[in-house]
Amino acid sequence: MKINLLGTRGSHPISNQESVYYGGSTPCIQVSSGQHQIILDAGTGIVNLRSSRSEKKEHHILLTHLHMDHIQGLGFFEPLFDSESEVHIWGPVSSQDSLFDRLQRFLSPPLFPLSLRDVPCDLHVHELADEKFTLQGFTIFTRFISHPGPTIGFRIQNGEKSMAYIPDHEPMIGSLDIYADANWLSGYDLCNNCDLLIHDAQYSTEKYLKRVGWGHSSIKHAAELAKACGAKHLVLFHHDPSHTDEMLNSLFEKFIDGNDYTFPIELAREGMEIDL
Amino acid sequence: MIVTLNTRRYMAHDIEIILSRQLADSLSVPVFIVDTDGTLLFYNEPAEYILGKRFVDTGAMPVAEWSTLFQPFDDDGNRLLPKELPLVKTLYRKEPAHGSFWIKSLNGSSHKISVTSFPIIGRAKKFSGAVAIFWTDQKAKE
Repeated sequence: MKINLLGTRGSHPISNQESVYYGGSTPCIQVSSGQHQIILDAGTGIVNLRSSRSEKKEHHILLTHLHMDHIQGLGFFEPLFDSESEVHIWGPVSSQDSLFDRLQRFLSPPLFPLSLRDVPCDLHVHELADEKFTLQGFTIFTRFISHPGPTIGFRIQNGEKSMAYIPDHEPMIGSLDIYADANWLSGYDLCNNCDLLIHDAQYSTEKYLKRVGWGHSSIKHAAELAKACGAKHLVLFHHDPSHTDEMLNSLFEKFIDGNDYTFPIELAREGMEIDL
Repeated sequence: MIVTLNTRRYMAHDIEIILSRQLADSLSVPVFIVDTDGTLLFYNEPAEYILGKRFVDTGAMPVAEWSTLFQPFDDDGNRLLPKELPLVKTLYRKEPAHGSFWIKSLNGSSHKISVTSFPIIGRAKKFSGAVAIFWTDQKAKE
């Protein structure tokens, strides 16, 4: 299983000299194994998809939620406009509007020149709750997690290897600590003993305390959740758009120096590839 | 190819239950959280005074255990059946319920309490359990 981080920035895309190393595109991850491929989230990073991959005719985009930074690239996903393509969009169910209708709010005039209902591809929209299914050779688990609005995380199993993707997550609202009991941990079933956890770490501890309830984690939240779940490798994701490369390095080094986690922790970088 | 598999058995509670606990942890009124079987999954610190037990000591409790820790009765002193309690009504009907009744505390004094309970039904319409909020109506009845 290959994991290609196409966009790692949270909230909104950025482009400046001070943030070139970690990148400025918003969340999008390509997960592939042999000829199979799925795409996690459709932030602006989706435009970084390699052309060889986009020649495929069947595409699966799995959305964790519909906040703008996770769907902003959807309208620029070329297969949507290819009449010979089959595009499947998967995302969280809501108690009210359908997933299609919620996506259509963004992908329709005046916010977008075309309407989602008029795209020429063969489009399928699938709603997800807490589920388990196989797709493109991957076994996929979904669970609702703690984040404002309908939001799910993914666990993707490929043979013996597993990765969890929880890009936007506030496991404990208003507290820097998490519950000790696994039964009470948002996201636990997704991360439990996974080989790789890609997790929200938007804030420093100080900034988290000023952003309680916004739905994001501090670096400490992410590390403590990974530790509690027995994750074997943690990649810190959804970087704050105000954090330059230098600030990210500084925050990370400060955190790591004061802790002794037994699993590798690193900052997600646009263009990073991970083999599992 | 898309194949739906059997439902997985989860270790963690549904997110609606987890978030209910986070709310309960931050409230000053007693709160119970039960699953669909009536198992008391969590009670907050103010509720520990009603049960006379601490959550860290008991963990989750089956309904047969926690329901015997206080003895509910009506204004005339008649013992209430479990099905007459708001929380049990909510579990059976999946609807909010409210009621006032008396309970006897561990020190022997009686308190009139009101209980409001509501079902926990998430976005996918899944019924995960219920929450009950308690508060004391009057001073202790000697």
